[in-house]
Amino acid sequence: MNGRLRAQLEETILPPIVALLIAALVGDLLILVYGQSPAAVYRLLIQGTWGNAYGLGQVLYKTTTLTFTGLAVAIGLQAGLFNIGAESQLAAGGFAAGVVGAMLPAGIPSVVLLPLFIAAAAIGGGLVGGAAGALKAKWGAHEVITTIMLNFVVLALLNYLTVAHFKVFDTLHTADIRSGALPRLSAVVPAFHGSAANVVLVLALAAVAAAWWYLYRSRAGYELRAAGLQPGAAEYGGVKVSRVWWQAMLLSGAVAGIGGLNFVLGYKHYYEDSFASGMGFLGIAVALVGRNNPLGVFLAALLFATLSQGGLAVNAVVPKQMVEVLQAVVIIAVATSVPEVRRLLRGARRSAAT
Amino acid sequence: MTGPAAGFAVRLTGIEKSFGPVRANRGASLAVAPGEIHALVGENGAGKSTLMRVLSGMYAPDAGTMEVDGRDVTGWSTAHAIAAGVGMVHQHFMLVPPLTVAENIVLGREITSHGQLDRAGAERAVAELCARTGLVVAPGRRVADLSVGEAQRVEILKTLYRGAKLLILDEPTAVLSPPEVDELWRVLARMRAGGDTIVLITHKLDEVMEISDAVTVMRHGETVGRVATRETSPAALARMMVGREVALAGAAPLPPAPAHTATSADRPALEVRELTVADPRKARAVDAVSFTLAPGEILGVAGVEGNGQTELVEAIAGLRPARAGAVLLDGRDVTRLTVHERGAAGLSHIPEDRQRRGLVLDYSIADNLVLGQQRLYTRRGALDGARIADNARRRIEQFDIRPGDPAAPARTLSGGNQQKIVVAREMGRDFSVLLAAQPTRGVDVGAIEFIHAQLRAARGAGKAILLVSADLTEILALSDRIAVMYGGRFAAVLPRAMATEEVLGAYMTGAAGQAA
Repeated sequence: MNGRLRAQLEETILPPIVALLIAALVGDLLILVYGQSPAAVYRLLIQGTWGNAYGLGQVLYKTTTLTFTGLAVAIGLQAGLFNIGAESQLAAGGFAAGVVGAMLPAGIPSVVLLPLFIAAAAIGGGLVGGAAGALKAKWGAHEVITTIMLNFVVLALLNYLTVAHFKVFDTLHTADIRSGALPRLSAVVPAFHGSAANVVLVLALAAVAAAWWYLYRSRAGYELRAAGLQPGAAEYGGVKVSRVWWQAMLLSGAVAGIGGLNFVLGYKHYYEDSFASGMGFLGIAVALVGRNNPLGVFLAALLFATLSQGGLAVNAVVPKQMVEVLQAVVIIAVATSVPEVRRLLRGARRSAAT
Repeated sequence: MTGPAAGFAVRLTGIEKSFGPVRANRGASLAVAPGEIHALVGENGAGKSTLMRVLSGMYAPDAGTMEVDGRDVTGWSTAHAIAAGVGMVHQHFMLVPPLTVAENIVLGREITSHGQLDRAGAERAVAELCARTGLVVAPGRRVADLSVGEAQRVEILKTLYRGAKLLILDEPTAVLSPPEVDELWRVLARMRAGGDTIVLITHKLDEVMEISDAVTVMRHGETVGRVATRETSPAALARMMVGREVALAGAAPLPPAPAHTATSADRPALEVRELTVADPRKARAVDAVSFTLAPGEILGVAGVEGNGQTELVEAIAGLRPARAGAVLLDGRDVTRLTVHERGAAGLSHIPEDRQRRGLVLDYSIADNLVLGQQRLYTRRGALDGARIADNARRRIEQFDIRPGDPAAPARTLSGGNQQKIVVAREMGRDFSVLLAAQPTRGVDVGAIEFIHAQLRAARGAGKAILLVSADLTEILALSDRIAVMYGGRFAAVLPRAMATEEVLGAYMTGAAGQAA
């Protein structure tokens, strides 16, 4: 029993470490190609992210959005669905919150409004995700196709609505939210001054805990994971698999949508066209590297946020695209090292046993 | 060890093969004389299939030596094995359904002219092979349209086409009707007469006695012994397989049904009226089937697989919609109810495919033991971990599931123990009607004995059981009445006393009688 726990721990923790080492090695080679010293570039990367309060604040800000989009993709994958639409779900959630916020009068306390904003963002994202889920449940339309296509439809629609109806003159954003906006972390820790990190981070941590409880402790999660692993067995166990599909997509979209609050409610206090800027797509990588486990998703979000922010920090000496290459290497390394490291671990354990 | 002292066609010694923590072969050995039909028997998980996959080059052994025709071939590849005339026919067919018989057989060794597949040439070659071996299948037919028996012939032909002189068959009779089995024995005997060597993996002891010349028995990955068939008996083989005395199915006659049961005065526990189930390919997978099942009665449904048994059971369980007809549980119409509601109304179901339906393989034993009853183990939306653990402890002990660790994933268990999880769950709870579909398929002799005892005990306790099985021995050993399903209908419903393998076999192939 103890042995199994230890084995599980090893198999969970070692593969990402190996993947990171591989990525670092590839990074070394890339940096050398540019005639720079790897040690210096990595030092710069760390200094620009975890090395100072502003950098760390920016990392935490990106982590917040990535945690939500990563959780959204992970929830879908646990139900056996590949949600490629977190990008537009994130945007729709942010848009809904921004529009609701723009209509509110000043002076209402945040505590009262926060549930309203969460609901608006969840409905915005949930509608987009739920639409893909309903198409799948009702007509069997493949969610990969529908979510990709909905990305185009929804992002174009949001662009139209913003430009035609909601924008402030000469900008691409909605009017300021006058009440209910959330404070930045710099209000608590002044050192974070200037960074976008805000208290939506706390909401992200709560979402991690809630997702973990939902997936692994609730009956709905038991049924959702069963439907993802073996639809035939779930159906046999009295689970309506098609219902699980649309519910999971609804939930997935809602979680991605709430991620929109990070920008709209915590950072700019308005919705701006194309604020999502790839954070939804990066959520797919976050879920993959986090192995669809909520805690893993959070750690992976920290990693990708660090790399993303670190790219800006090292831009002076190497192109920031180099860090994008590194992100891709991490993804590939995780995908291959998980089965490979597990195989090696088991081999080692076996020879130790005999 | 008996048998020829030298000149073995196959000689495996000290074969070791592990998969992760599982040691499938631990020092296993096998010696097969040329020109014999050699049965390799053992419980499920004894390591038979692994050993044969080592021989056919699919797996490299971790240790041990392999000789074929006196040549050391340790750790060879499948390509080498095929070149040396060793071919394996797998339990699960590896055919491409939309292609024709001939296309399947030549796949990988296509006859081409100018880079194009020579279809006519392939069909000629296959027809010639059919004529030579006596295995008759039309070369131009699509594999998707073949019966299971015919598909198996294609598998054998495919192996022979590649020049196999040593044929390994993995549980070839699991999917065949009695006449098809007889046909297979004739083909194998003819191949033996032609000088070919055959290794037959099975756990059906009557087959061993009927067709083989020598037997090797495996247990827990080791070779227990090699005996000449004429010098042994089913009981002796079973003892070697399990390591103790076992009651073989059929050896213990069913006690007479309790006097109050099975009378028409009682309300049936399960009544099926004119049930028709549609199928995407055929118009009617189940065609207006009606029957009643009394408390304390076992109704056996025999038949070659694919004659509507799966659809019948799944429609009663609520997993497939009924196109017409009704299902009544204790007199209550449940035709429109969900799977969950039928379960709550007292319907238990051991599904025929435990790996696909009966278990979530990546879930723990404890979580699998509540599958279908998860709502009963929920408090305010959360699963009640303490009660689930408590239930697991009791069921594991009561049904002797091994390993007994409730947190172990179901995937890591042997087939027999996986089936015990399903049986424990479905028979451990409160139920009045049990649908038992292939309850002992692919499980070992020890587990069969145990599951049969459970079914008998449930019958004694007044439960109604619909037993669907492809195994006639099982049907005959357990049933009070026996229905034979053919072409989506009950071709006959016979009292146990009137049913023999011969009579049932005739109905199973549609040779005798129309709808009863």
